[in-house]
Amino acid sequence: MATTLDRAAKTFLLQELVSGFWLTFRYMFRKKYTLNYPYEKGPLSPRFRGEHALRRYPNGEERCIACKLCEAVCPAQAITIESEPRPDGSRRTTRYDIDMTKCIYCGFCEESCPVDAIVEGPNYEFSSFTREELFYDKEKLLANGDRWEREIAANLAADAPYR
Amino acid sequence: MPTDVEMRSFTMNFGPQHPAAHGVLRLVLELDGEVVDRADPHIGLLHRGTEKLIEYRPYIQSIPYFDRLDYTSMLCQEHSYILAMERLLGVEVPERALWIRTFMDEITRIGNHLLNITTMALDCGAMTPMLWGFEHREKTMEFYERLTGARMHANYYRPGGVNRDMPPDLADDIRAWTDEFLKFVDDMEGLLTENRIFKQRTVDIGRMSTDDALHWGFSGPMLRATGMPWDLRKAQPYAKYEQVEFDVPVGSNGDCYDRYLVRVEEMRQSVHIIRQCLDKMPPGPVRTDDKKVTPPPRAEMKRSMEALIHHFKLYTEGVHVPAGECYAAVESGKGEFGVYLVSDGTNRPYRCKIRSPGYVHLQALDYMGQGHQLADIVAIIGSLDVVFGEVDR
Repeated sequence: MATTLDRAAKTFLLQELVSGFWLTFRYMFRKKYTLNYPYEKGPLSPRFRGEHALRRYPNGEERCIACKLCEAVCPAQAITIESEPRPDGSRRTTRYDIDMTKCIYCGFCEESCPVDAIVEGPNYEFSSFTREELFYDKEKLLANGDRWEREIAANLAADAPYR
Repeated sequence: MPTDVEMRSFTMNFGPQHPAAHGVLRLVLELDGEVVDRADPHIGLLHRGTEKLIEYRPYIQSIPYFDRLDYTSMLCQEHSYILAMERLLGVEVPERALWIRTFMDEITRIGNHLLNITTMALDCGAMTPMLWGFEHREKTMEFYERLTGARMHANYYRPGGVNRDMPPDLADDIRAWTDEFLKFVDDMEGLLTENRIFKQRTVDIGRMSTDDALHWGFSGPMLRATGMPWDLRKAQPYAKYEQVEFDVPVGSNGDCYDRYLVRVEEMRQSVHIIRQCLDKMPPGPVRTDDKKVTPPPRAEMKRSMEALIHHFKLYTEGVHVPAGECYAAVESGKGEFGVYLVSDGTNRPYRCKIRSPGYVHLQALDYMGQGHQLADIVAIIGSLDVVFGEVDR
């Protein structure tokens, strides 16, 4: 009997709706979780896999030795490499293309690279208005490496104990 | 009035771009007034030929495909594939890797259930749970990002372990988040569980008995909501589920409301499992030291010629899996996710059949929806927890 009365009272007084509204009202005074995106950004870990970059050694020499491991391991077959020996006898790429529209950002290229040349950097803001801009060539990748070298080196150093 | 008037049901197209269709579901509904006579799901709009693609890749290159099936429970699916591979290879997995897998599966489950419960509430007219729930879903994705390097498509599990060890501060942050998250679950339940509008939309909608559910091949929360305590984590434990304590919540009516309740309770149990994992996780390696299966650490690869050769062999040719066949299933957020792997001894699978729970659940939509109103179909689809990446594969 008491439970029936109790339930009837709850039903007619809109108990669960009122308590729900009270809950949402209280949430208004909580700290906001949202970010004002282009001006504020969330944190990224050193492991984040974003836009690709080709790195150089501190003396300016490019790291990539055209071993083509990344080309072989790429599940999306987004990487194309051509190579020949340079006049000084060292083997370097003549072409290093990544089709960013095919890439699935799995990180296998970075994992497989024996000289830490190809890396997936912390940049995720590289959208473009045309498809063609996303077909990266060697020049673009090296430029990325030059621009992001500081962040990439810091991330690699931070994550080195776990690799 | 003439008596030979032909009565014809009204045929309506639902989706593939309807927001309540949860992706690219196209339903052809035959309606008698507003009552559904027949619901015919037309699937395949997201078909990518995953199973065939896997046949043409070395084993490890197929791992990213499993993130992209059900894109809300990524690591559970990788787990299934990796488990099948490991059973064929017969490799021993280090303890720590198994613990990491266990709690990452649970974080995945929480993310999956958060998406499902809140979008189901959205379909039933409640918007607030989704806006709140995505805050915590975002946190699970942040944990993903810190551990694996990607917010969703993790590519983290490897045969014989996991890709990289966990940074030490991550465990503390996850533990701190679990307290916060339990409070959120209570808040969300405060908005939904007793709410009369939500109950009117879900109680006794899409009822299934246990027998029906078994005949239609249900698994996961869909089956448990009918009252059958079937959970692969208990029935055939994998990873470290044997060594953690948790309850398997069951419903009693098998309707949309019970599925909701089961999922909410599963999230609490997941938190319970995560805490136990963080307590019990021992330090140690996260990859097996069998160099034919797992690449050497980078530092060693740069020093030792032998390690470098192994590194090159593994990333070009890949792992050679002994001939044989194996079915491995895990309890993903949606139900039994299984991979049936046939190997002919080369570095690529001969065949990889994927058993996705969403596909099986979707086929019962017609059976569950008959006699319900059009708006109830939306609630049923919400409670089915379908994601078209895995239905269409």
